[in-house]
Amino acid sequence: MLFAVLSGFFIAISLLLLGKYFKGRIIALIGLLPLGIFTYLLSFLPLVNAGQSQLFHYSWVPSMGINLDFQLDGLGLLFGLMITGIGSLIFLYAAAYLKHHIHVDRFFVYLSVFMASMLGLVLADNVLMLFIFWELTSISSFFLIGFNNEDEGARKSALLSLSITGGGGFFLLVAFILLGNISGNYSIQDMISSSEVFKNNGFYPLLLGFLFLGAFTKSAQFPFHFWLPNAMKAPTPVSAYLHSATMVKAGIYLLARFTPVLGGHVYWNNTLMIVGAVTMLYAALHALFRSDLKSILAYSTIASLGMLVFLLGIGSEKALLAASVFILVHALYKAGLFLTAGVIDYKTGIRDIRKLSGLRKVMKPVAIGGLLAALSSAGLPLTFGFIGKDLIYEATLGASGNLVWILTTIAFVSNICLLIAGLMVGLKPFFGEIPQKFERIKKVSKSLWMPGMVLGILAVIFGIFPMAMDKNLIAAIAKSINGGTIDISLKLWHGFNFVILLSMLTLALGFTFYFLRKGQPLNQEKLIKAESFSPQHLTEIITEKIAHLAFKYTRLLHNGYLRYYLIVIIVFLTGLLGYRLFSEVSLSINHAQLSEIRFYEVVFFAIIVLAIFKTVFTPSRLTAIASMGIVGYCMCLIFVFYGAPDLAMTQFTIDTLTVVLFVLVLFRLPAFKKYQNLKTQLRDGAIALSFGTLISIIALQAFNQPANKVISQFYGDNAYVLAKGKNVVNVILVDFRGFDTMVEIIVLSIAAIGVYSLLKLKVKAPEKE
Amino acid sequence: MNSVILKTASSYLLPLLLLFSVFILLRGHYLSGGGFVGGLVASIAFVLHAFAHGFDQAKAIFKRNPGALIPIGLFLCFSMGVVPMLFGEPFMQGLWMEQSMPVIGSIGTALFFDIGVFFVVIGVTLTILFTISESDLEQEEA
Repeated sequence: MLFAVLSGFFIAISLLLLGKYFKGRIIALIGLLPLGIFTYLLSFLPLVNAGQSQLFHYSWVPSMGINLDFQLDGLGLLFGLMITGIGSLIFLYAAAYLKHHIHVDRFFVYLSVFMASMLGLVLADNVLMLFIFWELTSISSFFLIGFNNEDEGARKSALLSLSITGGGGFFLLVAFILLGNISGNYSIQDMISSSEVFKNNGFYPLLLGFLFLGAFTKSAQFPFHFWLPNAMKAPTPVSAYLHSATMVKAGIYLLARFTPVLGGHVYWNNTLMIVGAVTMLYAALHALFRSDLKSILAYSTIASLGMLVFLLGIGSEKALLAASVFILVHALYKAGLFLTAGVIDYKTGIRDIRKLSGLRKVMKPVAIGGLLAALSSAGLPLTFGFIGKDLIYEATLGASGNLVWILTTIAFVSNICLLIAGLMVGLKPFFGEIPQKFERIKKVSKSLWMPGMVLGILAVIFGIFPMAMDKNLIAAIAKSINGGTIDISLKLWHGFNFVILLSMLTLALGFTFYFLRKGQPLNQEKLIKAESFSPQHLTEIITEKIAHLAFKYTRLLHNGYLRYYLIVIIVFLTGLLGYRLFSEVSLSINHAQLSEIRFYEVVFFAIIVLAIFKTVFTPSRLTAIASMGIVGYCMCLIFVFYGAPDLAMTQFTIDTLTVVLFVLVLFRLPAFKKYQNLKTQLRDGAIALSFGTLISIIALQAFNQPANKVISQFYGDNAYVLAKGKNVVNVILVDFRGFDTMVEIIVLSIAAIGVYSLLKLKVKAPEKE
Repeated sequence: MNSVILKTASSYLLPLLLLFSVFILLRGHYLSGGGFVGGLVASIAFVLHAFAHGFDQAKAIFKRNPGALIPIGLFLCFSMGVVPMLFGEPFMQGLWMEQSMPVIGSIGTALFFDIGVFFVVIGVTLTILFTISESDLEQEEA
């Protein structure tokens, strides 16, 4: 099982390295991989149908509880079969669609990574594993959306989708960690068995919130939905695979998988119902205003996802059953519609339905596939979509009390809109008069129309023979979501009841409205005014404001003046250290331990003070340097007074060299002019004084702490014994801490190289500080 | 600088100061001194010479670029760390010869390490000083 999941990654890596041998039609061979995994998963069908879920365990990082655990139950198997089955069709289709593209191998790298990650996501039993695959799908989606990387719109859309899904993913991680903490380990199986613990835990609302954020961003629920229409900039195989059948369903999968763990609570149900209903209505109505084929499909996908969330929110047995069936129904017809739209775009170059008609004359097989998909989405009897719609109405009618009417009405309206949308895409372009420029379209290649046809036919087969599914896969799925067995019988005809009435009404109203408008979309102008309140617009405004703020902030703090950087650093340091020092530490001067002041110390102190004054106030640069040198020499005399001759010698020589260095550099600059006004000088003086005082206080206070002299004692005792030296300082430098010294001289060498290269590099434009 | 006194004095002082720097280097293990100070004193000797006779003249004393001392010194230090490993001891273990020499004192890996430091310090300081003095400062006057 591990190999099945990870094989996509292996293929991706080998394609990266060997891709250039695979350009052209031969790349369709890659489609064998998902087909292989599909058959492998299919082999588990009998076992899963019997109600046993398969568990596969591989250790990865046991100490952190991250293991490669996979579990194959009904829900996982459904998704797995969808991913690999539809995947193999998409691989075939994409090979033909992109066969002229120079980067077709790269495309399949991303696609394989996506497929493997999605498989891992639905089969994972360990929540952290799930998260890793979740993020991998976001990333591969980013690359796929931005595949036409020359197009700025594609790049922006890719970034938008990554930001939104990635942001949601962040919250999802928090939710998973919370879950892991509460339950003790990260295995989903264990969490299912201890679901009461979660619902009673104080963190439950927070947990729900974070989990929902993750699911809603991925599955394009309102108000996070707007990345999906933008993602239509991706090549159509990508839209068909990721953004209708698989990736956007990941959020639905998440919610379904965690229903036994966290569901059944009023927060869970109500939130999902409300969000789902709002998304459903909003998107379904929006779909009617769009004229771009893929845009219509995007909005109808959002609406269908809203429908799924809505059903999961209702939470009754019937609703969960409806959701399980609808996942497959939707995947089949939506992918089919997308593939159809892709062929139309590929052959005619037009995606505007107002300009498309009569294409059945030149692409008959595509038309058949598209028609079947459209009818399934409409819910015509004998298609799988009909079964799906029936179940949805059964679920809404089964809800309790007043809710029945609200829920059913919402579902009803949305279904009508979705029906019309499906017809607009699958019907309108093919019927009517064919414009002259389309008459010369060449025959469509088999790989382009066959996948759509297969999906359409499947929709019809399952529609006519739903019982093939009911006792088997669907029961298993419902069990995994519900936690218990449901008695299901999917029949074509349940008898004349309210449900069938609603279905017929939906069909009637939908078809009437469609034909009244002749398939034209509603006027988009009316929407423009409302656009300014849309989440997309608001997000754009917020992003703009943030960018503006960032610009202002950078201008303020990164202004290019060295002195301001220094001022900021020093002021902050003084402030923070000073605050800490004065509020926490009790400062005291131990008068008893002050040593006597000797005469020569006073003299040298006076010399230092005079030199400092001279440095600060002299108008001549050279004098300033010389006075600083004097301060340095006096300091090394202090070292001599307190018995550190090596230090003193080093300090003395370094000071001399520093003065020489300064002279060499500054000698050729012009004489001092008064560049600064009094205010600046006072400011600088105040900052310098406060910083210096602070450091002095800290240094003095440090002496109050008891000093641990064990190490110096050791060095003092052992310098001669172990290292044959009487000068302890030198012995430490070259023997005891020789390695440090070696590193220090390496640093010195780097400094010398730096000076050499910087000065020898004759830069064209001189920088003036 | 056009001072005759300085010029004459520095011609004599240069070799003396160099000898002094070696003296400081060798005495470091027993009295104040060591590789760092020795190197600095040596470079100051050259600086003094350079002030008197000009930096070009001072640079001409060297047949090769003084920066070449840097890798020599680094190599010496590093090899003094590796040599004990050839004898089976850990890296940078101090090894000493049994007999000590009359003036220098005990001979061991630490001594050569110090000499390595000496070379590096001379190389670094002279590179920095000579590079700065040679650098094209016309741009700053413009």
